[in-house]
Amino acid sequence: MVVNCQQVWKEISNYIEGDVDAGLRVAMDEHFGTCTRCKSVLEGTQNVVRLYSDERMIEVPTGFGRRLERRLTQEARVRRSPWSTWSAWLVPVAALALITGGLRWANSLTVPHPLQSEHAQPGRNIPPDMVVVVSAGAKDFHVPGCDVIHNKDKIRTLTAKEAIREGYVPCVRCMRKYLQIASISPASSEPVAGLSSSVEAEDRARSR
Amino acid sequence: MNVVLSNPEQGTTREEDLIAQVQRGQAELFYELVRPYERRVYAAALAILRNEADAEDVAQEAMLKALANIRQFRAEARFSTWLIQITVNEALMRRRRERTRMTEAIDDHRDEEGEYTPRDFADWREIPSEALERKEVRQKLAEALASLDRKYREVFVLRDMEQLNIQETAEALGISVASVKTRLLRARLMLRDLLAGGWEQGWFSRLPFEKGTKPW
Repeated sequence: MVVNCQQVWKEISNYIEGDVDAGLRVAMDEHFGTCTRCKSVLEGTQNVVRLYSDERMIEVPTGFGRRLERRLTQEARVRRSPWSTWSAWLVPVAALALITGGLRWANSLTVPHPLQSEHAQPGRNIPPDMVVVVSAGAKDFHVPGCDVIHNKDKIRTLTAKEAIREGYVPCVRCMRKYLQIASISPASSEPVAGLSSSVEAEDRARSR
Repeated sequence: MNVVLSNPEQGTTREEDLIAQVQRGQAELFYELVRPYERRVYAAALAILRNEADAEDVAQEAMLKALANIRQFRAEARFSTWLIQITVNEALMRRRRERTRMTEAIDDHRDEEGEYTPRDFADWREIPSEALERKEVRQKLAEALASLDRKYREVFVLRDMEQLNIQETAEALGISVASVKTRLLRARLMLRDLLAGGWEQGWFSRLPFEKGTKPW
């Protein structure tokens, strides 16, 4: 491979970087051996790279280091202050957690546990012949006149027993007293049995 | 060039210790960690902003940002490179903000077409690094650098003064590797010509060169 001066100038920076392939490097080395102009360009460029890479070439304003140190020291102090570290926040957070937890525990002793979610909860001891209403598209059965009935114009009247058989669950508003009974009943962990126990008892009695 | 480079083994170990300690919360050791690089951080900011007050401010901000994010630093990267990249990013953001306030002309990001032809072909001779002991020599070199277009100056400073590699320079500035190479070539050749011209004007006149020969 033979290279001319223009090609050498184009690649001279990559040559200094060691970023030319072996063939080109050999060709350029040969060229530098014979061309004083390109040799001059190479050596002058190397001068530039060497001189500017010297740390002494970086001048900083008077007092730069001192001002930087002061600012970083201030920042370090702020970070060291008691409220700046995450561990310091553990104390009030733990205290708050204790208070909240304590209150909840105390509450649990005096009032029945509120239901986690009152929807789709089983009822208990619902009178089987109780007249209830259901509406199209809803999943709950209600005491007639309950004010949270959806689609009031499409209601159907039936007994609680029928409603339970059809898969409806008691309304959390109007049937609340049956739900609260369910929540403190030991049988509440078996929702299906709990939901329809009185209905089933009645069925059994009838079949006898 | 700095303590770490002059004694790599010991320097690196000390640096790693410091990083680990700062990462564990000993923020008061951070200045000791960054002190070897404070000049380079400043130079990187100055290359982009060209204003000493802004450069100092950005250098400080970049250091604070580095401290705040020290836990994200991973040992596979060079700490100095990480620091410089944060600084460049900070400086570029500052410049973008400034530009929206001032109606400065948008810089031309295109690389100039065509090849750069060196102008001076006199005999070469190495300029000894001792020349940099003289303030006027440093001053002239700094002026030559400052006279370059921004796009050439930034690449040259990051690669040749900050010692980022080509890839890191491209990433820091958000430009392609090919652009970095093109700009670097042109910056180096232009500086060479400027320094050759400086020779004519006697920048290096008190250096021990033989009469009649130039350093390139």
